[in-house]
This record gives sequence, structure tokens and C-alpha cells, in this order.
Amino acid sequence: MSQWESWSAFWDMGGAAFFVWGSYGLSFALIALELVLLFQRRKDTVRRLLRWRRAVGKDSSKRNGDGFAPAMESEQ
Amino acid sequence: MLSTFFAVLRRDLLLAWRGRADVLVTLAFFIIVVCLFPFGVGAEPNQLRAIAPGVLWVAALLACLLSLHRLFAQDYADGTLEQLLLSREPAALWVMAKVLAFWISTGLPVVAIAPAMALLLDLEQGGLPVLVLSLALGTPILALLGAVGAALTLGLRGGGMLLALLVLPLFVPVLIFGAGAVEAELSGSGAVAHLLLLSGGLAGALALAPVACAAALRISTD
Amino acid sequence: MTNPERGRSLLRFASPQHFYPLAGRLAPWFAAIAVVLTVIGLWLGFFVAPTDATQGQVYRVIFIHVPAAWMSMFIYLVMAFWSAVGLVMNTRLSFVMSQALAPTGAMFCFVALWTGALWGKPTWGAYWVWDARLTSQLLLLFLYFGFIALTRAIEDPRRADRAGAIIALVGAVNVPIIYFSVQWWNTLHQGASVSLDKAPSMATTMLAGMLVMAFASWAYTLAVVFWRVRPMILERERHTEWVGAELERQARISQAAGGRA
Repeated sequence: MSQWESWSAFWDMGGAAFFVWGSYGLSFALIALELVLLFQRRKDTVRRLLRWRRAVGKDSSKRNGDGFAPAMESEQ
Repeated sequence: MLSTFFAVLRRDLLLAWRGRADVLVTLAFFIIVVCLFPFGVGAEPNQLRAIAPGVLWVAALLACLLSLHRLFAQDYADGTLEQLLLSREPAALWVMAKVLAFWISTGLPVVAIAPAMALLLDLEQGGLPVLVLSLALGTPILALLGAVGAALTLGLRGGGMLLALLVLPLFVPVLIFGAGAVEAELSGSGAVAHLLLLSGGLAGALALAPVACAAALRISTD
Repeated sequence: MTNPERGRSLLRFASPQHFYPLAGRLAPWFAAIAVVLTVIGLWLGFFVAPTDATQGQVYRVIFIHVPAAWMSMFIYLVMAFWSAVGLVMNTRLSFVMSQALAPTGAMFCFVALWTGALWGKPTWGAYWVWDARLTSQLLLLFLYFGFIALTRAIEDPRRADRAGAIIALVGAVNVPIIYFSVQWWNTLHQGASVSLDKAPSMATTMLAGMLVMAFASWAYTLAVVFWRVRPMILERERHTEWVGAELERQARISQAAGGRA
């Protein structure tokens, strides 16, 4: 804590709290969002592929033109 | 080899001549966009004079962008493109011919009418030769870069917006040097450097874009 | 699919089947490295690095701003690299890699712009100035959007891969040209009125914090890309036996987890 006299001085950032915490806040919010979307996508892909596999059947799973719709998320 | 080039060029020019209404629409679009600006920013002559080079260049750029989808669409629809790609001729060559025909039918009329539009915006007459020269050097670059985008978005739903998103960032350097040339000429610092950079850009685009465009066409018609 | 003659060489990881488990194993490690480095970097940045003499505390945005800007440019280059590899060597995995990189690159690009704006307001009095660096960063964001939009708009993955690779390469060729032209334009229009070049002479601890944060974002990018590549591989390889086995395994895991919960 050599740079700061107190925690409130730290949170105040020399009067620039909005700019500093706004920067870090959005950055970490975006990172969190990216991670959430990533894991949602993984779960979603596994679920859709499993459903597709069971629908197509294990013997004919090598068939092409199988009516599988690829994911269409906005972010991913 | 050159006979293919001229055959494709002649055919495309003939097609453009038959569909000259399209060309006129491009030209009318250019004129209307330029005429919109005084309504938007006010008709104060000094202000118009100051923004004239940029306005003319942006309008020319948009006119090029909006006609780009025509470049390959017809040939793609009727199978000519596949025939050309199957032929033994180097694809970059006839791509160049098609882009040249496209530029002659859409870019050249814009270049030709630009001085008249410049007078509407009260651009100083000393800047007119540089304006025409910069457009004549810059619009072929736009056509060449745009051809790559048009080839990549061939036959896609919503291809028009996608094409704009793909090529507009690439158009920025051309816009900077094109409009900058006119401004530099008018401010007395001379436009030679700008025009040389535009020529260099044109040479680079002529060397690289047809190859990239040919590759893109192969991918899109596969 | 499997290439027994390639044996144990590193090249076998070019096959999706071998890369899939490798990515799964590596991702948590890089995520852990990213967390540790972020903590160290932020500690250096907020508690060790001194207050800047001219800018006060606002400059502490630098520890996220500069690494994000670096990463956004670096990721685009890596994307173009994998695109070139994919086009030349015809390896599907390279295309998947470049597409998995794009969203993270765009995110870093946006973070760099956002933090730059918030830093600019107290320092130069405006959220946005048409400075060469800010402007080329904005154009880079548009290049990312173009790549993402194009690869998402094409349904046939083969075509999407190659079309995306072409536009990534065209963009990479244009990035230096854009930067140069914007700089040229900027010196003409703005002169020296707003100069972002007067970088404060940096204390060693500031530089250290920045570098640690840069390594943290690098590790984060690797972790996220590995995690993003895995479902993409599953989707593309869904016709193969090993994906079938992997899916069943995943289903068992989630069932077991659901049973316990």
C-alpha cells in the first residue's frame, strides 16, 4: 500500500475513479461475458450434436447432407 | 493470352452498353449524394468549398461500392463465370479485363462528371485537374479492391451490406490520399506526393488484387 | 484421419483428433497463468508503480489499454498467419484456429478503444480525437467485424474457411498501408495541437506492470482460443467415430454431475 494513504484514496484514484474503474470494469465485464458465452456454446454444441447423432442413427452417421444446422450465435 | 483479355473486355463493355441504364443510375446516385451535402451542412460557400474534395471523393467511393455487386453477379448467375474458371487462361488476366470494363463503365463516367459537381460546391478551379487526376488514379484502386470483396460475397444473402463492411475499411487509404491531393493542391503545398502514392497504390493493387480476386472466385464457385 | 506414419512427431497435432484433447489439456493451464499474471500485473500497476508526474492516477489505465492494443494487432497477424498456412497446406485446423481467434481479437480491439477514450477525456479533454493510433485501431475493429461477418454469413464451412482466409490476408496486407495513410492524414490535419507522442517517461515498475499484463492477455487468449476451438472441431468432425465417443463421454459426465446435484 505504499502508493495509497487509504483504501478510499485508492478507490478515488486521485479523482479519476470513473475513468480508471470504467476502463477496468468494462474490460473485465467483456472477458467474463466471453467466458460465459464460451461455456454456453460448449454445452449447447454437445447437446445439439448428441441429439443429431441419435436422430441420424449410429449406422448411417457417415452420411452427408444430414440436415444438421450449425450454430449461429451472435458473439461466438 | 491477350486475346482472352480483349475478348472479355469487349464482351463486358458491350454488356455494359446494352445495360446503360445501370450506368446512368450510378451516375445519378453520385450526383444526388453530392447535392445532399449542401442541405445537410448548409449552403455557406466557404464551408462547401472546404469540404468539396472530401464530399466528391466520398460520393465517388459510394457510387463505386453500390455498383460493385454487378461485377460478377450476372456471370455467376448464367454460368459464364464457371466456364471462364474452367478455361485454361490465367484467371487473373480475365479478372483484370472484367475490372477494367467495370471501371470504364462506372468509374470513368464519375471521373468525367466530377469537375461539374465540383463547380456546384464552388471548388476553386485550380483544383479541378488534380481532382480529375486523383479520381482517375484512385477509382481503379477502389474497383480492384472491391472486386475481391465482390468475389468473396458472391451469391450470399445480404451480400451488399457485407461487401460494404469488408471493403470500406480498405478504401480509407485511397480516400485519404485522393481527397488529400486536392486539398494539398489548393493549400499550395502541391499534390505530387499524394498522386505518386496513389500511383504506387494502383500499381500494387494491379499486381495483387486480380490474383486475390481469382482465388476468391474459385472459392466462391466451388 | 489418423496418420500412423507420422508417429509421434509434433505434426500429428495438426489433425483435429489429436489437437482436440491437447487443447482441452492446455487451456486450464493457460487460464491459470493468465489469472496469476493478471493479479501480479494489477498489483504492480496499482500498488507498486508510482503516480505519474503529469497525468496523476489516470495513467493507470495504461495497464489494460496498451496490452489490449498490442494483443488486438498481434491476434490479427496470427489470424492472417493461420489463414496463409491453411490456404497453402490445406489444413482445416488452421482455418478453425483463425476463426477462433477473431472474436477475442475484436474484443481486445474494442477494449483498447474504450479504455483509450476513457483515458483521453481527462488527459486531452476529449473522449475521441482523430489521432493516427486511435483511428487505425478503429479501422482494425472494422476489419475484425468484416472477417467475423463473412465467415458467419457463409454456410458451407469449406467456402467460409477459404473466403475468411482471403479477407484476413487482404486485411493484413492493408493494415500497414492504413496505418501509414492515417498517420500522414493526421499530421496534415491536426498538426501538433494534439500530440499523443509525448509519452511520459516510464518508471521501470510501470513498464514491468504493462509487460506482465501483456503476458497475461497472451495467456488468456491462448486459453480462450483452445476452449473455442474444441466445440468447433466437434461440429466439423461430427461424422467421425471419435467425436461420437467423445460426445457419449461428455453426456455421461453431465449426467453424473446432474445426478449428484
